[in-house]
Amino acid sequence: MMKSKLNLDPGVIDSARSCAARIANDMQSFIERHTTVSTERTVVRLLGIDGVDDVESPLPNVLVDVIKDGGGLPRGAAYWVGNAMIQTGLSPQEIAEKVSAGALDLMKLPTATAAEAEAKIMPVVLETLEKIKAQTAKRDNYIATIGEGKKPYLYVIVATGNIYEDIVQAQAAGRQGADVIAVIRTTAQSLLDYVPYGPTTEGFGGTYATQENFRLMRKALDEVGEEVGRYIRLCNYSSGMCMPEIAAMGAIERLDMMLNDALYGILFRDINMQRTLVDQYFSRIIIGYCDVIFNSGEDNYLTTADAYDEAHTVLASQFINEQFAVLANIKEEQMGLGHAFEMDPNMENGFLYELSQAIMAREIFPKAALKYMPPTKFMTGNIFKGHIQDALFNLVSVWSGQTIQLLGMMTEAIHTPHLQDRMYSLENASYIFNNARNLGDEVEFRSDGIIQKRAQSVLAEADRLLHDIEKEGLFSTIEQGKFGGVKRARDGGKGLAGVCVKDAQYFNPFIPLMLGGAK
Amino acid sequence: MNKPTGTATSVVDLTKVKPYGDTMNDGMVQLSFALPIPHGPEASEAAKILAKKMGLDEPSVVYAKDLGIGYTSFVVYGKCQHTVDYTTIKVPKVDVDIMDRTQCEKFIEENIKRTVVIVGACTGTDAHTVGIDAIINMKGFHGHYGLERYHGIEAINMGSQVPNETLVAKAIEAKADAILVSQIVTQKDVHIKNLTELVELMEAEGIRDKVILACGGPRISHELAQELGYDAGFGSHTYAEDVASFVLNEIVKRNMV
Repeated sequence: MMKSKLNLDPGVIDSARSCAARIANDMQSFIERHTTVSTERTVVRLLGIDGVDDVESPLPNVLVDVIKDGGGLPRGAAYWVGNAMIQTGLSPQEIAEKVSAGALDLMKLPTATAAEAEAKIMPVVLETLEKIKAQTAKRDNYIATIGEGKKPYLYVIVATGNIYEDIVQAQAAGRQGADVIAVIRTTAQSLLDYVPYGPTTEGFGGTYATQENFRLMRKALDEVGEEVGRYIRLCNYSSGMCMPEIAAMGAIERLDMMLNDALYGILFRDINMQRTLVDQYFSRIIIGYCDVIFNSGEDNYLTTADAYDEAHTVLASQFINEQFAVLANIKEEQMGLGHAFEMDPNMENGFLYELSQAIMAREIFPKAALKYMPPTKFMTGNIFKGHIQDALFNLVSVWSGQTIQLLGMMTEAIHTPHLQDRMYSLENASYIFNNARNLGDEVEFRSDGIIQKRAQSVLAEADRLLHDIEKEGLFSTIEQGKFGGVKRARDGGKGLAGVCVKDAQYFNPFIPLMLGGAK
Repeated sequence: MNKPTGTATSVVDLTKVKPYGDTMNDGMVQLSFALPIPHGPEASEAAKILAKKMGLDEPSVVYAKDLGIGYTSFVVYGKCQHTVDYTTIKVPKVDVDIMDRTQCEKFIEENIKRTVVIVGACTGTDAHTVGIDAIINMKGFHGHYGLERYHGIEAINMGSQVPNETLVAKAIEAKADAILVSQIVTQKDVHIKNLTELVELMEAEGIRDKVILACGGPRISHELAQELGYDAGFGSHTYAEDVASFVLNEIVKRNMV
């Protein structure tokens, strides 16, 4: 390991990391006993079932609701689809259409054994996995041939609510130097227990995450990427009530990054903790399998809690998110652990603390695709000062070697970015990144100075918090409001009704194959 | 009205105020905007013509940048021809003397003599709790403690994406003296619809005149709030004590003690 510039004690890092591993493992035994409606809808989507019925209900919902209402959810949708294929000779899509039309009662068919059902669907499973692997290979090929931007990647958002307008803005941003385009999703989607279908032209505050929107934007970014000679990554949200379904859609349509964090859903969207932790597991397996970078949402804690006082909760949560990702077989390079530049700009030496924490995150997670979020809480409408706050944020990022730089906009707190706001923001970051590219290699810090001490104390506090969490268990820690100052009940929030205990013959064919890295 | 301010070079005429760049009445204004036309001399000319139509004399395009999709961004300066009569302006404001937290607590003890119940929420699809949290949560914002910290106030923060129906039901259940609604997202004027709906719902439930109703957010003014049927509206840079001072005074004024 390279020498710590912050003089961090490797013993404390190990202690925190192994504690987080025990916390995640403890939760994992709960997760593995359960499945959810969204997990099962993901299975049927991966079996090729798509489309909507005449009242716009997605067929995956129609099918899984039938299974759930018939008491079959504990066995898993893969069994019921496999069984129906044996009994009817139809394809999964044909089965879903017949069920939706009321022409087939899935739950009244003769029943084969679980092994027979699994064998029957296996060719479909392998076909899907090949399709996903082909997309991953296409990304690898793009990066090998046309190349990619330097890190920190310049990440900007588009948020018009109309996917076609988003495309115009995303292509402009690509030509102005953006490396990652995040298509902002309408906030209401996180609480929908289904994934809408088709292109969005009138979204509110963003578009829906739909497979068609993914496909349209992917094509637009590939076009610009080829033109400018730089692969442009596409980011969307595998979060909310349909985490794994959207991960599956993203895998099929070659998204490159996905926001994915159960803790965020629990704290900030009031999604039931049991539901979303089970959902997160399958979504992360998919994400790991197709080389998507997941972005965790720790930065959001600092929008409700104080960025100085609560820095250790961000670090503790990053440790836990890292371990959940390890359990889903995600490579370190795909771990977009989140943190943020959110200290009060009036704080004396605030820049030093921000720098300290950013370098700390890099030293503790040396290979992770750290996602660094811009100032938002203390952006005021003073666009001139805002541009400088963003400049300091950019300086910390290049200095500390962050991976994904979510660019701040001087018009933050006023409106979703205008076309030219994004250009000025890209210009700001490109200037600073280029001008200070190797600053981090040149500078060391005074032993026991402000910067070293800050990082050491945040790490020590995070380690203590993790040990408290281990003693308490993750569920009750959240119940007590230790993350982001938000309290959530174990049986509260949305979506608990969609969770059930698996029976002994349950199977999800994708989990072992994806974890094993199957072709 | 303050006396006109004298400067070394000239005196401001408050009936005819113009932007000040570096000389009285030079009218200097800076603009930045984009036009959906390709970068080039024609684009800069178009920006100039547009600035003239906005009422700017001698417009000057000091910077033009290609936005990459056949669009161009500009920085433009010009001299504003128009003037404003400052002496006739009236802006409706929440009309109350602001008390700090300790004064609020004393005010409750002396004038209300019971616990004041305040329910707050971020309603509709709005998921941004930063405003309501700043007003209600213990910690507050920028060193201004939130209402949860006030002795004599029971403050209930219902969080984000709360349906108007749920908020009204909670207010009735908790026998709230006041309801606070935060609206941060204002895209396509969704906040207007949301805020109006709440007033209608409260009227339908027959509690509108029994509860003090205030809204807040960066795009909310007292004037807008009153137009929508609210008792008060709080914009940026208002804190818990501003809201508390208003609510407590209203309780006494309306004899809700």
